[in-house]
Amino acid sequence: MPSTIRVRAIAGGTSTEVQSLIQHPMDSGFIKDSTGKLIPPHYIEELVFEHAGKKVLTAFWGPAVSKDPYIKFSFQGGKKGDELKISWTDNLGKSDSLTAKIG
Amino acid sequence: MPTAQNARQGTTRRGALKLLAALGVVGGALRSVAARAGVDTPNWPANAFHSKNQTDAVKALYGKDFTPSDKISLDVPEIAENGAVVPVALATTLPNVTSMSILVPENPFTIAASYTFPAGTAPSIACRLKMAKTSEVLALIESDGKLFSTTKTVKVTLGGCGG
Repeated sequence: MPSTIRVRAIAGGTSTEVQSLIQHPMDSGFIKDSTGKLIPPHYIEELVFEHAGKKVLTAFWGPAVSKDPYIKFSFQGGKKGDELKISWTDNLGKSDSLTAKIG
Repeated sequence: MPTAQNARQGTTRRGALKLLAALGVVGGALRSVAARAGVDTPNWPANAFHSKNQTDAVKALYGKDFTPSDKISLDVPEIAENGAVVPVALATTLPNVTSMSILVPENPFTIAASYTFPAGTAPSIACRLKMAKTSEVLALIESDGKLFSTTKTVKVTLGGCGG
């Protein structure tokens, strides 16, 4: 199965810029389906980025984060070829993770 | 006497009903706690994210008051045609930032996102949020253990949380 996580991490000088896009419905629990029934809440609660065994960013999200969430940030260090691990967990206990190479 | 007996029976019945209602409430609460306990991510600040107003949300998330700061840049559109996807960029020149959060007080749940910054991560973040209707966006930044804020209003033409 293809990963739900897409990431682009580029090392530039002293820091690494990370952009990531995750496939997830991020259902708020307030939207009805075509039959008029509420779609239950389903959203990512925690997203973690790790480099060299150290967390470089933790995101806590609620149902107000848009569908197929996008995030951009940068951290000091990281060089081309280093591994960056991304993992998320949602409110239904589902999760996914991916280890990408910094470019 | 018939009246006294009726009254007593009435009391008993009311008492029984109250007891049943109380049991129902407790049972429901236990069920929802149990249902939640198994799924919520352990670190996720559930109380804060379930808050429905700004005061409770800030108290649950940080437990302290905030003061406005001009060292925070909050980049949001003035008008969002589609409330389902509102781009938000937040950055600051404040030192030693440990946390940044974005709150939308007019949304059903106040806190949209909260980020934890270890030393070495630049105090800057971009993401996309849903907004139910026109609202202030409140950015909170924890720097040197103190809490700072800035706000901007986004006019939403089409809400992003559904009817």
